[in-house]
This record gives sequence, C-alpha cells and structure tokens, in this order.
Amino acid sequence: MFEILLNHYPALAEGLTTTLVVSLSAIALGLVLGVLMAFGLMSRHRLLAWPCGLYRSFWRGTPILLQLLLVYYLLPEVGIEIAPIYAAILTLTLNTAAFQSEIFRSGISHIPVGQIEAARMAGISTWQIRKRIIMPQVFRLTLPPLTNEIITILKNSSLISVIAVTELMRVSEQIASRTFQPLETYLAAALLYLAVNLVLARVSAYLERRMVGGLATE
Amino acid sequence: MFDITILWETRELILQGLWNTVWICFLGCLLALSLGLVLAALRLANPRIFSYPVACYVELCRGIPLLILLFLLYYGGPSIGLTLSASVAGVVGIGLYGAGYFAEIYRGGFKSVPKGHLEAARMLGISPWHVLTRIQIPQMARLIVPPSTNQLIILVKESALISIISVDDLTKNATSIVNQTFQVIEPYLAVALLYWLIIELIARGGYALEKRLANRQPRPIEPRGGTRHAHG
Repeated sequence: MFEILLNHYPALAEGLTTTLVVSLSAIALGLVLGVLMAFGLMSRHRLLAWPCGLYRSFWRGTPILLQLLLVYYLLPEVGIEIAPIYAAILTLTLNTAAFQSEIFRSGISHIPVGQIEAARMAGISTWQIRKRIIMPQVFRLTLPPLTNEIITILKNSSLISVIAVTELMRVSEQIASRTFQPLETYLAAALLYLAVNLVLARVSAYLERRMVGGLATE
Repeated sequence: MFDITILWETRELILQGLWNTVWICFLGCLLALSLGLVLAALRLANPRIFSYPVACYVELCRGIPLLILLFLLYYGGPSIGLTLSASVAGVVGIGLYGAGYFAEIYRGGFKSVPKGHLEAARMLGISPWHVLTRIQIPQMARLIVPPSTNQLIILVKESALISIISVDDLTKNATSIVNQTFQVIEPYLAVALLYWLIIELIARGGYALEKRLANRQPRPIEPRGGTRHAHG
C-alpha cells in the first residue's frame, strides 16, 4: 500500500487534485444556487416555491450516478458538447444545490422571527435583511450539516470516474490494472480519501468552536 | 420526443434490474442494520475495550467512498483469497458501509435515554431485561426511526454504484437500454422513477412506524416474584 503511494505519487497527487477541484467547485457553485433556492422554497409565491420543491425532490430522490449518466448523455443530445469534467462539475453542482437548499432552509427557519420583524420595522430592505442578518447566522447554524455535505460530495466525486474524468478513483483504477495490485492500490486511494475527509471534519469542528460565541439568541 | 414504447419493449431488462436492486438492497440494509446494532451494543457493553475500535470503524465508513469499498471487495478481495461474485460483493459492501452509520444512529439513541430512568428502574428492582425492552428500546426506537429511514434511503441510492462492479441492477440495465436504443431520456427517467418509488415506500414506512411508536401506550411491568401487591 505504501509502496504504491510512493511509486505512483505524482499520478495519485494529480488525481487527488482533480477530485478536490471538482468537488470544491461543485460545493461553491452549489452553495450559491442552494442559498437562492432556500429562499425560493420559503417563498410565499407558489409559482416560485413549487418548482423549487420539485427540483429538490428529484435531485434528492434519485441516485447521483443516474443523474450523472443522464446529464452526460443528455447534453450532446441537445447539442451541447462539453468535456466530461464539466459535465461532472455540473451534475455535482445541481445535486448538492438541492441538498444545500434544504440545509439552508432549515437553518433559516431557526432564526428568531423577532429579528426579521424588527429589521423590517426599522425599514431595512428584504435583500439587506437576508444579506446582513439572516445569512451570517445561517452559516454558523448550518456548519455541521454543511461539512457533512462537503464530505458526501467528496466521496461521491469518486463515481465521476465512470465518465472518464481522471480523478483519484480513475487514477487508482489505472494503477491497479498496470501493477496487478488492486488491493494495495485501492487501499492507498481509500487512505487519501480518508485523510482529506478527516482534515475537513477537524477544520469544521475548529470553526464551529470558534464561531459559537457570536450566535444571536432569542 | 418521449417514446414510451421503448420501455415496453425493454421491460424484461428493467424488471430484472429492479429485482436485483431490490434484493441486493434488502440484504445489504439488513446486514447494515444488524452489524450496526452489534457495533453499538459492543460499545455500550464495554466502552473501555470497544469504544476506540468502533469509533475508528465509523470514521472509516464516513471517510471512504462506497465505490472504493466495492472495488476493494470485488477486485482486491481475490488477492487475499476472498473471491466474491459481484452481487455478493454488493451486499457485503452496502452492509459494511451502512453498519458504520447505523452504529452511530443506535449510539445516539441509547445515549438519549436519561440516566435517571435507568437508575430509577434499578432502584425499583426492575430486571435488566425489562430495563432494556421496556425502557431503553421503546424510548430510543422513537428517536432512531427518522435517521434510520434517512440512512436506508441513502443506501438505496448509493446501491446504484454496484452497477460499476457489473451487477445487472437498475442503473446498469438502464445504460444497456440507452446503448441499445440510442434513447437517453426514457430509460433513465423510468429508472429514476423506480428508485424514487422504492425510496418513497421506505419513507412512508418509516413515517408510519414513527407514528405507531409515538402512540403506543406503555404496558405495566410486573414486579419480580408475582403481582401480589401494588403500593402507591
């Protein structure tokens, strides 16, 4: 296992970088979409809330592998030719946006109504309330589930190897078929995934401890 | 355009995939639920010995993609003399992976029962068996049903990965149909609908169970040595 890590260090590092780039871009893009959709879900306008709910149901209710294949095969059908890596980022983004919208929706619903009422009384605009009052608190409230979601996406990014994106999983497959040591190779890959996720969990726990002080309460 | 006749012509592939997904998920989830219980019980029974190994196992499940686990079992297994068929590797992979998550869910459940209840029960001379079956399990059951339902749903969705180690499940057969008919939307959407159906059934089942548990009235516990007197 360690032999594989040492001998194939450059390829594995490159694979891991692709894994990280794809996952983190999807998380960042999904965050923007997710926040917007959370407000959509909570909207009083049914024409806004209903499509958001339907979107959330579809992307949360079907396997991500199926979503990936659907996006990957569907795009060329409608005349859009993009590299597999972009199809992968697109799928992971659309998927995580649905999960993040639910995380943020639940976070927003935990903010005391009094704060929003008071802000409205003080004549602060809706978008200003969202930007200055709701979102800073929501990020603190939703840090643990958000970390879980980042880890989930990192783990799920392994299946984009199916559409020939050379990330960590795909690199491991290549090494395994070259060295005839599948057990050692996949153990090495598992170790790398584990290391990244453990670091993420630790960073998140640290941030959570630091941020807990500033949280507004009822 | 959406051509529904494709689905009718390939119904055998779809049904075969559905059957394989259902039985592999069923056995995998069963394995995950029971192995998770064993892990949580070990940790509860003797924290000094088992806390650390079980916690490590949970971290492994959380940190490693299921796909890697499946590849380790299916492609890596033979190098240590463990040759599994693809479907068995699927069941074992889902079982081992889910067990880590269920162990945490059960642990949370056991921990949520107030210590005072256990102490009070012991003071009243209620047997350990009754403490477990009448006090601990009923209280934790209500709490662990929603997260367990959630986890089962996640496992069913993740089961699509077994198609990558060549199990003829819903996802793999849908891809075969796509390759045969050159139609993308119909097979994938049909299969997505079937997954959604399975998931909806689990969610409904979990919800019904949760309601039943919430409404259940506690049965009186008969004191040890008969029911001759009942003071207070």
